[in-house]
This record gives sequence, structure tokens and C-alpha cells, in this order.
Amino acid sequence: MNPNTVFTGAAVTAEVRNKVLRDTYKLLSITLFFSAIMAAVSMAIAMPPIMSLVCSIGALLLVWFVLPKTAHSSTGIFVVFGFTGLLGLGLGPMLSSYLAIPGGSQIIMTAMGGTGAIFLGLSGYALMTKKDFSFLSGMLFAGFIVVLVAALANIFFQIPALSLAISGAVILIMSGFILVDTSRIVNGGETNYIMATAGLYLAIYNIFVSLLQILGIFNNED
Amino acid sequence: MDDWMKIISAIALVLMLIYLVPRAKMMMQASAEVENKDWKGALIPILFVVLFVVFLISTV
Repeated sequence: MNPNTVFTGAAVTAEVRNKVLRDTYKLLSITLFFSAIMAAVSMAIAMPPIMSLVCSIGALLLVWFVLPKTAHSSTGIFVVFGFTGLLGLGLGPMLSSYLAIPGGSQIIMTAMGGTGAIFLGLSGYALMTKKDFSFLSGMLFAGFIVVLVAALANIFFQIPALSLAISGAVILIMSGFILVDTSRIVNGGETNYIMATAGLYLAIYNIFVSLLQILGIFNNED
Repeated sequence: MDDWMKIISAIALVLMLIYLVPRAKMMMQASAEVENKDWKGALIPILFVVLFVVFLISTV
């Protein structure tokens, strides 16, 4: 599979858009499955929490510095599997800690199902309406910066209400990114399925983790 | 969280901010140039997401 779907002429044809979409969803489902396997491996070997941080940093470095240089060749597919595998490994300690609390498995299953429903609903909406949501990207990025600053402060202050607000904001921002990313594929703005997969994967991953945290907080309050 | 894990997380977040802020500025400029801004079309599905998350919270 060539990551860059080749097209001729000024406009991206419907055939090209459908191929990018098909390849993106195919790679996305495989990488999500791969991540789940890596998370299971991480739980089985009882990986320490510090490794979760190391894996997340490693994944970010791959996404920012390696993926843009390799996304236009088949090497990009290995990089996508590299960063999704690392993020999956990083999830292991968090999932283990949820499984250790009463009702933890229900929280994980609810977060997983909820994430799937949010992704399918939003992606389906962008696919059916074919609207251009690219105008949202600047605002979403600015919102994400604000969330990062709040997360930085909360590392030291540890305010539960702020944790909840951050998780809620991440879900909204990543939902917006699903609309933007899907509409970019539908409207021909993204013709590289590797980059499209990376964007959608990161949105799904962040929604899952944030939903897990929100459900965990409310479960503790009961 | 251990103190040194907090410090590593904080350093990682600061580096993320340094990397992302210039890109956010570029994205905001690019978004401002888009002519057809269908806010209603974007906010309705986001509102459904909010309602859905509230529903999920009520189930746990």
C-alpha cells in the first residue's frame, strides 16, 4: 500500500477520497487492536508506572519527529505501529490500577464502549454531512494549549475538580479533532492515510484515557 | 505520584508546550482564513458528546 494515494489533476477525486478513508479505517482498527494487545502484555508483566511515562514520551517523540519524515513511505506504517504499541504499553499500569478497585472492570468496559460510540458517531456525522470543519482546528489547538498549562499546574496542586475539568475539556477537544480530521479526509485535505490514522488514533486514545479518569472519579464518589 | 515522576511529567509538558505553541499560532491564522464557518453544525454533535458522557457517568 502506498501511503500517499496518487491522484492526477487539481481536485482529489471521490475514488481517491474513498481509498484514503478505507485505508485509514483499516490501519486505525489494526493499530487499536495492536495497542490493546500491548496493554494486555504490559498488564501481564506488571510494568511499573514510570515505564508508562517513558512509553508516552517515546510515543510523542515518534509522532512529532519521526512520523512526519516517514509518513510518505512504507516505513511510516512501522512508525505508526511503534507509537501505538508504546501508548498501549503505557496504558497497562493505569488499567491495572483500575482493575484493582471495585467495579474497575465495568469502568474500563464503559470507557471503551463510550469511546467507540463517540468516535463512530462523530466520524459518521462528518462523513454523512461532508461539512468542512477545518475552521475549528485553530480554536481546538488553542484549547489544547490551555489544557496542557492546566495539566502542568495540576501535577503539583493535585486539585480533583481541576483533574475533572481537564478530562472533560480533553474529551471535547478530541471530539472536535475527530470532526476536523474526518472532514479533511472527506474533503480531500488529507491524502496520506498514515497521517490521518495517527491523528484519529491520538484523538481516540485521549478520549479513552479521559473518559476512564472521569468515570473513575465519579465511581469513587459513590 | 513520586516527586521525580512529577518533575519528569512537568518537563515533558513544558517541552510539549514549547513544541505546540508556534503550531497553534499557525493553525489559528489558517482557521481564521476559512470562509464558511458552520458553528451550529459543529456544536450540535459536541453537545451530543456532552450529553452522552453525562449518561455514561450516570451508569457507573
